[in-house]
Amino acid sequence: MKTYYNPDDLARFSEISQYDKELADKFFKWYQEVFAEGALSAREKSLIALAVAHALQCPYCIHAYTEDALAKGYSEEQMMEAVHVAAAIRGGASLVHATQMMNRINQLSIS
Amino acid sequence: MPTPMATLARQQHPLASTEVQLKYLDEVTGVVPPFAHQLQSAGLDLKALAPEILQINVGKLCNQTCRHCHVDAGPDRREVMSRETMEQCLRFLDRSGMRIVDITGGAPEMNPHYRWLVTECHSRNCRVMTRCNLTIIVAAPRFRDLPEFFAKHQVEVICSLPFYEASRTDRQRGAGVFDASIEALKVLNQQGYGQPNTGLLLHLVYNPVGAFLSGPQHVLEQQFKKELHQRFGIVFNNLYVINNLPISRFLAFLLQSGQFEEYMKKLVAAFNPATVPALMCRTTLSVGWDGYLYDCDFNQMLDLKITNSNGTPIHISDVTPEQLEGRAIRLSQHCYGCTAGAGSSCGGQLVQ
Repeated sequence: MKTYYNPDDLARFSEISQYDKELADKFFKWYQEVFAEGALSAREKSLIALAVAHALQCPYCIHAYTEDALAKGYSEEQMMEAVHVAAAIRGGASLVHATQMMNRINQLSIS
Repeated sequence: MPTPMATLARQQHPLASTEVQLKYLDEVTGVVPPFAHQLQSAGLDLKALAPEILQINVGKLCNQTCRHCHVDAGPDRREVMSRETMEQCLRFLDRSGMRIVDITGGAPEMNPHYRWLVTECHSRNCRVMTRCNLTIIVAAPRFRDLPEFFAKHQVEVICSLPFYEASRTDRQRGAGVFDASIEALKVLNQQGYGQPNTGLLLHLVYNPVGAFLSGPQHVLEQQFKKELHQRFGIVFNNLYVINNLPISRFLAFLLQSGQFEEYMKKLVAAFNPATVPALMCRTTLSVGWDGYLYDCDFNQMLDLKITNSNGTPIHISDVTPEQLEGRAIRLSQHCYGCTAGAGSSCGGQLVQ
């Protein structure tokens, strides 16, 4: 079955440099530094990446950071809680806009 | 605990044959480069140094049948080392001057001569390590005094525990294994193992429960220490982090789940030449239940024996350490498992 996403393409990520090496090099260097040990540990950053991957619904990122989180010793429970955090922010981001809807209703309605 | 599943050998599974396993490993060279070529490309070769550790596999009999076991060990295996072969191992130790012994299996404690072997090694002032699956300690009353026996002989206890939670551990090692392992760890702790200032060393062995590589050892060790202490009050010394090698039952899992090629590619992508000088096959000598010699326990399970120049397998009764120094290590594609990432060995990761 043909799909827009091919799992093999994840390993080809670095090939994006073919069309613009300078920017790609800067991106990959920056990416590497972002995930290095810092004020947050590389382990903590892996879990943040897993949650963000779900918020963005990026199949490549979910593939990569599920494996990375397993390798770094997270449990299934911890990983699912992280995804719920991402989902809660996504859901909350929609719902909080209901206040805007309510404001508009009040504005338009005869009180 | 429920009855463990049958071993590949008992099932007469095709992968019980070492020839079939090696055929799969050979065929994957169409997808990944041969390990020997990979070494050459990196300007490396793999030759043994003087042997320092004698790793004695006293047999394939075990009370568990773990999904990833490279030995295909289990309750239905009958290959166990005889007292005579153990005596040959001791004579080899005597003439070699080697003073580190690493006893493995199966569940080595199930060998009827196990305690005699440990006692003999201890009386020779050897540093004795034993690889314990933990559940054996609580499997039957006759094993309950093992912690006391270990302590009396200053045995370093190296125990398998792939995760600090039941579900993942039991998926790999069988239902109920996690709870029994925790019970056994508590008994070891009560004996003084893993506790400060007792000199009784308790190490845990972590390996991934599935087709992924191990993360950094220090990170996982920190996590294991925190979780096991918080949840169960358990303490231990070090966590040895190892990769799963694509042989025997783990190979069966990879093939059944359609992940063999992907896993091999993953190992090759993670090839780290810095691990090669520290590989355990350079300083460890592995002896099988029947006394034949191997470069490592994995080669033992693939029946890749150490041979002399005319191709005759070498037996421990008929060799000196000097004859083994400088030999070329026997290689196949499974060797990529020990060179991936930070490397992998019976003593954990090899480089930072």
